[in-house]
Amino acid sequence: MSEIRINILKAELNEQVLLRGLAQNDSQAVEALYKSHFPVIQHFVENNNGSFDDARDIFQEAMIALYEKVQLDSFVLTCQIKTYLFSICKHLWLKRLQQMGKYSNPLSSEEESVSVQEDLEVMEKKDAAFAIMDRALNSLGEPCKSLLEGYYLNKKGMQELANQFGYTNADNAKNQKYKCLMRLKKLFFTQYNIGD
Amino acid sequence: MEDIQLLEAIEKYLSGEMSAQERSDFEALRKKTSEIDQMVVEHTLFLQQIEWYAQRKNFNQQSQNTFNELLAEGEWTANDEQSTQFKIIQLWSKYKKVTAIAASVGGFIALFTSFLVMYLSPSLNGTQLMQLSKAVEVIKKNQQVQGHILNEVKTKIPENAKLISGGSGFLIDTKGFIITNAHVLKGNSAIVINSKGQELKANIVYADMNSDIALLEIKDEDFKQPKSIPYTIRKKISDLGEEIFTLGYPRNDNDIVYSKGYLSALTGYNGDSGTYQIQIGANPGNSGAPIFNNQAELIGIISTRQRQTEGVAFAVKASKIIDVMESLKEKEATKDMVIKLPKSSVISNSARKAQLDRIKDYMYSIRSFN
Repeated sequence: MSEIRINILKAELNEQVLLRGLAQNDSQAVEALYKSHFPVIQHFVENNNGSFDDARDIFQEAMIALYEKVQLDSFVLTCQIKTYLFSICKHLWLKRLQQMGKYSNPLSSEEESVSVQEDLEVMEKKDAAFAIMDRALNSLGEPCKSLLEGYYLNKKGMQELANQFGYTNADNAKNQKYKCLMRLKKLFFTQYNIGD
Repeated sequence: MEDIQLLEAIEKYLSGEMSAQERSDFEALRKKTSEIDQMVVEHTLFLQQIEWYAQRKNFNQQSQNTFNELLAEGEWTANDEQSTQFKIIQLWSKYKKVTAIAASVGGFIALFTSFLVMYLSPSLNGTQLMQLSKAVEVIKKNQQVQGHILNEVKTKIPENAKLISGGSGFLIDTKGFIITNAHVLKGNSAIVINSKGQELKANIVYADMNSDIALLEIKDEDFKQPKSIPYTIRKKISDLGEEIFTLGYPRNDNDIVYSKGYLSALTGYNGDSGTYQIQIGANPGNSGAPIFNNQAELIGIISTRQRQTEGVAFAVKASKIIDVMESLKEKEATKDMVIKLPKSSVISNSARKAQLDRIKDYMYSIRSFN
C-alpha cells in the first residue's frame, strides 16, 4: 500500500475512534471534536454576520445532532466529521439569518458541505419532543421534578433517592416516584400527541 | 392507587424485572385487556422519550462544560468580545441581538440552548478568571398549541422571554432594593426568587461593570416588605484570616446553599484593592452572593473565581456598595431614590444556625432575561 493510502486509512480510523468515543460520552472525544472543529465554525459564523456566541450556539446544536446520530443502531457517516458538522451548522445558521431578515446569499465559505436535510428534520422533531418533556418536567414542581430527574437522568437507585429526599424507605420513595410519573406522563402526552 | 400499581407493573414488565410467572400472568392480562395493552405501548414510547431527553440533557451539559473549559484555557478568543470599560447598556444590546435570532425553527416549538458566557473581565487577565453567573438553559416558552396551555406553569417570566443569566443577590433596604453582581444581569429584565421559591418582578436600577455591582428594585405587589434587615454593612476593612460565610443559589433547583471559609488576602487578583481574595466553596450561581463575617456583618460580594484553583474566589469589598450608593445620589435618574442601608446587626452574637435562619429570607436568586 502506498503511504498516502495508509495515511487515509489512519485518518479514517481516527474518526471512527472519535465517533465511538462520542457515542459513549467520552470527554476526551468531545474535547477533541471541539478543538478540531469549532474554529472553522467560529470563522464561518463570524464572517457571515454572526457573533462568537452565535457560533457557540450553532456548534453546540450540531454536536447534539452528531451525538444523537451516533447513538442510532443504523448509524453510518458517509462523510468526514468536519464536513458533517459544517453542513449542519451552515443550514442552521442560514435559517437563523433568514429569521433575522439578514439573509445574504450566498454564504461565504470555502468549506465542502453535504446534504443533511433528513438529519435536520429528525432533529427538529427531537427538538420539539425535548421541549415538551422539558416543560412538562419543569411544571411538575418539587419534589417531583428532582425525584424524576434523579431517577431517569442521573440514574440513581430508589434507596439513594429515598435518602436524598428524606423518605423513610425505598418503597415510600418509589410510591412517590410513581405518583410524580403519572403527572409527568399526563403533562407530556397532552402536548406530545398534538405535535406528532 | 390502582393506577400506580398498574404503572409499577408496566415498568417492571418493560424493564424485565418480572419473574417468569409474573410475566406470563401479565402477558395474559395484556392480551385480554386492550386498555392495558395500550398503556404498555404508550409507556414504552414514554420511556424512550425520557431516555432521549436524559441523553440530550446530559450531553448538552457535558458539551457546554467542555466548551467553557476550553474557552477558559484560552483555546479560543471571541473576536467580537467587548474589550474594556464598556457600559452595560452596550452589553445588553449585544444580547438583544442574540435574542432576535432565537425564533422558532420550523416546528411549533423550538428550543434553544445557550451556555454560560464567560466574560473576560475588563481590567484583569481574563483567561484565568471565570465569572460565577449561572449557566442558564434557555427555553423558549411557546405554548399556544391549539389552545392547550399547561396551567401548572406559574412563572412571572414573560412568555417568549429568553433566560440569559442568573446568580444570587441580597436585600439592602426593606423597600425592596437588592444588590447583586453586574455580570449576573446580562439580560435587560430580571426577576428575583426568594428563599421560599416565590418569584418577584424587579427593575434593574443600576449596573456598573467596573465595580461589578448592580442594584435591583423589587416592583411586585406580592412583595412583603420586611420590618428590618438583620445584618449590617461593614465599612472598615476586614482582617486577614477572618472567618467568613455565604448563602447563595448556585444550584439549578434554587435551593439555598451555605458555605464557609476565610479571608485569604486583603487584595484581589493581581493586587486589585477593590476586592478580597477568599477561600470558600464558590460555584457558578454564587455570583452576587454576600460574604459575611462571624458577626453577620456584610463584608463583600462574591464576584469571580480563579480557574483551576479549587476554592479560591474573589469578593468585591463592601465599601464599594457604599461608594455606589453615594454615586447614585449624583445621578439624575436616581438622585431622588432614598436607599437606607441597614445600620445595625441584631444577630451579631447569635449562633451560626440562628444567623442563617434569619439571613436566608433576605437572600434572593436572580434570573435575568430578555
